[in-house]
Amino acid sequence: MLSWLVPQASTSARDIDWLFALILVTVGFWFVVAQAALFTFIFRFRRRPGVAASYISGERKEEKRWISRPHALVIVCDVVLIVGALLTWKAVKQDLPPADERIRIVAQQWAWVFVHPGPDGKLDTEDDVRTVNDLRLKIDTTYHFELTSRDVVHSFSVPAFRLKQDAVPGRIVTGWFRPTRLGTYDIQCAEICGIGHALMPARLTIETPAEHAAWYASRSAQGG
Amino acid sequence: MAEGHAQSFWSRYVFSTDHKIIGLQYLFTGMFMGLVGAFLAYVFRMQLAFPGESVPLYGVVTPLQYNALVTNHGAIMIFWVAMPILIAGLGNYFIPLMIGCDDMVFPRLNRLSYQIFFLSTVLILASLFVPGGGFGGAWTAYPPLSASAQYNHTPWGAPLWLIAVALEFVAFLLGGINFVTTVMNARAPGMGPMQIPIFVWMVVIASIVFMASVGPLVAGAIMLLFDQLFGTHFYDPKGGGDPILWQHLFWFFGHPEVYVVLLPALGIVAEVITVFSRKKLFAYKTILYTAFATGIISFFVWAHHQFVAGIDPRMAHLFTITTLIISIPIAEMTFAFIATLYGGSIEFRTPMLWALAFIAEFLIGGVTGIFLGANATDIYLHDSYFVVAHFHYTFFPIAVIAGFAALTYWFPKMFGRHMNETLGKIHFWGTIVPFNFVFLPLFVLGAAGEHRRIYSYEHFSQLFTPGLQNLRVLATVALVVMLLFQFVFLYNFIRSLFAGEKAEENPWKANTLEWAAPSPPPHGNFAEMPIVYRGPYEYSVPGRPLDYWPQHVPQ
Repeated sequence: MLSWLVPQASTSARDIDWLFALILVTVGFWFVVAQAALFTFIFRFRRRPGVAASYISGERKEEKRWISRPHALVIVCDVVLIVGALLTWKAVKQDLPPADERIRIVAQQWAWVFVHPGPDGKLDTEDDVRTVNDLRLKIDTTYHFELTSRDVVHSFSVPAFRLKQDAVPGRIVTGWFRPTRLGTYDIQCAEICGIGHALMPARLTIETPAEHAAWYASRSAQGG
Repeated sequence: MAEGHAQSFWSRYVFSTDHKIIGLQYLFTGMFMGLVGAFLAYVFRMQLAFPGESVPLYGVVTPLQYNALVTNHGAIMIFWVAMPILIAGLGNYFIPLMIGCDDMVFPRLNRLSYQIFFLSTVLILASLFVPGGGFGGAWTAYPPLSASAQYNHTPWGAPLWLIAVALEFVAFLLGGINFVTTVMNARAPGMGPMQIPIFVWMVVIASIVFMASVGPLVAGAIMLLFDQLFGTHFYDPKGGGDPILWQHLFWFFGHPEVYVVLLPALGIVAEVITVFSRKKLFAYKTILYTAFATGIISFFVWAHHQFVAGIDPRMAHLFTITTLIISIPIAEMTFAFIATLYGGSIEFRTPMLWALAFIAEFLIGGVTGIFLGANATDIYLHDSYFVVAHFHYTFFPIAVIAGFAALTYWFPKMFGRHMNETLGKIHFWGTIVPFNFVFLPLFVLGAAGEHRRIYSYEHFSQLFTPGLQNLRVLATVALVVMLLFQFVFLYNFIRSLFAGEKAEENPWKANTLEWAAPSPPPHGNFAEMPIVYRGPYEYSVPGRPLDYWPQHVPQ
């Protein structure tokens, strides 16, 4: 359902959208049941002349069932959602699939610096390509990213990937993504970082391998 | 009680140790700060709907001002509105009345509590006008941004803000000690633990949770103040510190704090729905035990605010489980409230409308929390407008809806006069309907990826679309409409203080002890100290001519 609002451009986006839909259906059910009970009671038990209220303590066993049965059902739903959430988290966040390439992301007040591995596919070599606010990725390639910050806490957020990870000074956080859809998408800073917090947009471009190679070539032609 | 009856204005209203006067001081300060917080919201919502244009009554909003507006809106609404109104204001006024005693056990401590709170109020307001402007690092104040003027550009605003917040904590610590001790020691004869009204229990549990959670944050705040003023590096990795440490200290307090304000609000709803449906509270003991469970579990959920903060990913599993578990007692309590209405004789007076609206609206806040407690969906929704919409569907019912329920319910007791019922209903519908039009669009914006604390979205092509901008305008227009309707309340409140219809001792025919005192209660509260014979919710008992049975009436 999230894909109606934001494009789905990574494998993780698909997993997270699935979990979102599962939660929406489950809590949607409870929401409708609870509101229906509430409004039914409000209507049915409105004050009418000559009709007195009943005396129900709710402490007797057969009365308590009214809340203990839904209570048990809530627990079952919680277990389903917990299992769904934990499996999804494990897949998108905890387990790192083997990387095809690595990329380095450095946040600062108020820009993103991206270090691309260059044509040789390896970081910290001479052909690395460093850009500001311009991230270029190959489609269907698994990337590991190394994320850090130079000053305050920022947050690397790519809605089309359903990815968000805080960039913390003094730490390098590793994560991964695998782009699945061509196009250009917004990169945001999602943690307040000072006056320029709204002025940290970057662009993500997902390209075919041929386009990507051509971009590297044009960079080195410019003296990279 | 050292004071005599011939008191000057100062000793009677300003330096009083009477719990009712202190309660009203907190209440009126909280209501005034509510106006301030609402004005801040008006300014930044106008900027979001009409970016760059001059906001009427304010002017053009700069990015630095925008940050200060959202930061102080959040801090003021929680620490200077919800806390003083729900806990200190109503707690001070009604705990001694509802347990049948003449005052708090530590009246001078109580007065000191308000004086410190008043000082913190002056400081937070002053911090908006100092050179460089108010602090703009969000109410969560994450370092290193909050720790250094080099990063936040508010050399005066940041420390002043932090000192104000720390003083506010001290004030509520003193108040909490007083509440817990009073309820433990000063109950009327005959009032056992299961005869205490739920509202009183809720304030006590909330006070205990607050006292147990705030200590680490006070220590953390002092370290942050040292970072700001003396250049220490508790939170700055450049000097060996750790910014994540603050996040743990902050949220170890910050999440229990949600329940600190939620529980008294639930208590208010319990009092109001029983009176206006003439029903015994459904499963009193279950409600009490779920409140205890909520209070305890609330200490084990804090890191769900930090799923994407760079903590060990394995830790997130634990906090997802605890967070979803806390939905269980809250859901059960909600079921009990709805079950209370079953078989009732529901009268739609203004307080009852607010209490019913609380249940309906809080449900939205409750179920949307599941999306955020589940670690994997939180990756996407964290720090988005989905979060903003979610917690406003919890905090608005807590602070505003339950607040109005309490004010309209207890107004006759506090001031001896009735508020106007027609104006009350106009104000109710004029608040509830626009409220949903403010915050439902924000769920959609958040699901579309709109991140928080951004003064203008013009630089984000996926967010600066006509469709999403229309939603922003809708939310802002609805907010303005809602704020305009608050003048109806202010008019009704002030007019009724002086010219409302006179209220008798027990106008709602309620059972709890505050209704046994005169309206308004004099110094010392009761003409004759009450004795308690039964629980607080004996409505419509079969075989009795009256449909209520006050706690203090022998037969």
